[in-house]
Amino acid sequence: MSGAATAPAALAAEGLTKRFGGFTALDGVSLAVPEGSITGLIGPNGAGKSTFFATVAGFLRPDGGRVWLRGQEVTGAPPWRLHRAGLARTFQIPRLFGRLTVAENLAVAAPDQPGERLPRPWFARRRIREEERALRARVMAVLERLNLARHADAPATALSGGQKKLVELGRALMSGASLILLDEPAAGVNRTLLREIAATIARLNREDGITFLVIEHDLDLVAELCHPVHCMAEGRVIASGSMAEVRADPTVAEAYLGMALEPDAS
Amino acid sequence: MEPFALYFATILTLAGIYAALTLGLNLQWGLTGLMNFGPLAFVAVGAYTSAILTVGGSAQHLGGFGWPWWLAWPLAALAGALLALPIGAISLRLRADYLAIATIGIAEILRLIVRNEDWLTGGPLGIPGIPRPFEGLGLPWGQFAYLALVAAVVAGLYAMAQATARSPFGRTLRAIRDDEEAAKAAGKNPAAFRLQAFVLGAACMGLAGAMLAHFFKFMGPDALDPVTATFLVWVMLIAGGSGNNLGAILGAVAVWALWAATDWLAGQLPGELATRAAYVRLFLIGLALQLILLYRPQGLIGERPPRPA
Ligand SMILES: Nc1ncnc2c1ncn2[C@@H]1O[C@H](COP(=O)(O)OP(=O)(O)OP(=O)(O)O)[C@@H](O)[C@H]1O
Ligand SMILES: [Mg+2]
Repeated sequence: MSGAATAPAALAAEGLTKRFGGFTALDGVSLAVPEGSITGLIGPNGAGKSTFFATVAGFLRPDGGRVWLRGQEVTGAPPWRLHRAGLARTFQIPRLFGRLTVAENLAVAAPDQPGERLPRPWFARRRIREEERALRARVMAVLERLNLARHADAPATALSGGQKKLVELGRALMSGASLILLDEPAAGVNRTLLREIAATIARLNREDGITFLVIEHDLDLVAELCHPVHCMAEGRVIASGSMAEVRADPTVAEAYLGMALEPDAS
Repeated sequence: MEPFALYFATILTLAGIYAALTLGLNLQWGLTGLMNFGPLAFVAVGAYTSAILTVGGSAQHLGGFGWPWWLAWPLAALAGALLALPIGAISLRLRADYLAIATIGIAEILRLIVRNEDWLTGGPLGIPGIPRPFEGLGLPWGQFAYLALVAAVVAGLYAMAQATARSPFGRTLRAIRDDEEAAKAAGKNPAAFRLQAFVLGAACMGLAGAMLAHFFKFMGPDALDPVTATFLVWVMLIAGGSGNNLGAILGAVAVWALWAATDWLAGQLPGELATRAAYVRLFLIGLALQLILLYRPQGLIGERPPRPA
């Protein structure tokens, strides 16, 4: 972004605009995700949070504005290029590969697979088998962490809604990305598992140095996990700062229109 | 005994040629979800390429190269691939179903070219005198040897298709087939993978065309009928089980046996009834397809849950 002496943000957007026909879903969104942070993105339904994800990750073409990934402009780059550059995302409503197993769903997301390049599948079968064994071990480690190991070889369609969300998360973890955009990772997941997911995100952030941008409606979880926090409403960022600051902002309370925002809300 | 064995060998040879087609279509549709409604186009290109390269010189059509079949067949596969390349490169970037429209169009265009570009294809007269490998062995052994050659080619294509389907490449194709957006999120460029699968399948079809031309020893526009070169291939794949390479071969053999048996039955009918029977047969095959789709959508053998890696 602007030539500051500090390290560039992991992700920065400036004036990002996205219109669907006459409807403006993103109306000049500017926000930054500091390197090494777990940044929160909150806002009422329809605020444009998921649209923001889709637009920065290359799934939607912006109608205006710019996006930087670690100081490098990537506006309008296709998703696979951004994936290679270390950006992964999840979907709010899980999109799994229905006729693949759970393990395969994760394996697909591993970057740089030599066995994906013809003609290697025909002539380097032994090498590929070895690579696949190593990949399988990585997949199982991630599934273990998500409590999904015993479903590894089940078809993805056999999972419950909450488990499908976990597979989404698992796929993002398999990407090896250093910046992961999570769209409501805990929605529809039970309390116990929710705690575990939060702990997993915190640990990946702390130990592996992965930067996260997390959309979440559970504001207590956001308060616990995220700093800084951006609040969007009607396609704009209306507040940024610590969760306490954002909560205290009257425009935020107004945007949520009576939704429980008190710290003690359960 | 011998006429029966020859008849049997003919049926099996054609079933094998169809198996090459269904394996190609399975790479495209079963594995990748690409709707190719014009296998005929790739069969035609392969058949005429191999025919022109192997026949002796003639004023009626291009030819006179006199190359051996084993040189011409790979080039027939290459011709199928080269036809697929621009079609795929253009239409696969757009919505997936545009490929269906594009392939229907290209099949019709090829039928027109074959019929009208006399200098190249001999027009309605076609290209006669295409040498059949092992013909020198005489009957019945020459025909048995050709059957063995076709079977060997199909076995090779099967091994290639299996290695493709079971590799990370095949896994990515299946992922793109199941959910393109999620595949993008997993870092894949769907258009690039689809193009490879489309071209690979088209190469199989080009090779099938070459095997067909050398079996008939003649190639003409009447040998390229959308019913037998496109519709029947789809029926075979769906009946056998799309997504499964063994199912693709099984479907080709079973449906072709049925097709040939009903052809024989219809031939026993007196004159005018026989021509009507051809339409009844088509109707029955369509009906059978409907029933399969209703009651056994996965076909004889469906796409197995792949074994853990
Ligand atoms: N493809 C689309 N076509 C038209 N309108 C869309 C499209 N995608 C999103 N929108 C609209 O854009 C607005 C923002 O949607 P978005 O999904 O980004 O909201 P959100 O903040 O993620 O909400 P939620 O918290 O409910 O998930 C909504 O009004 C939605 O109807
Ligand atoms: Mg959303």
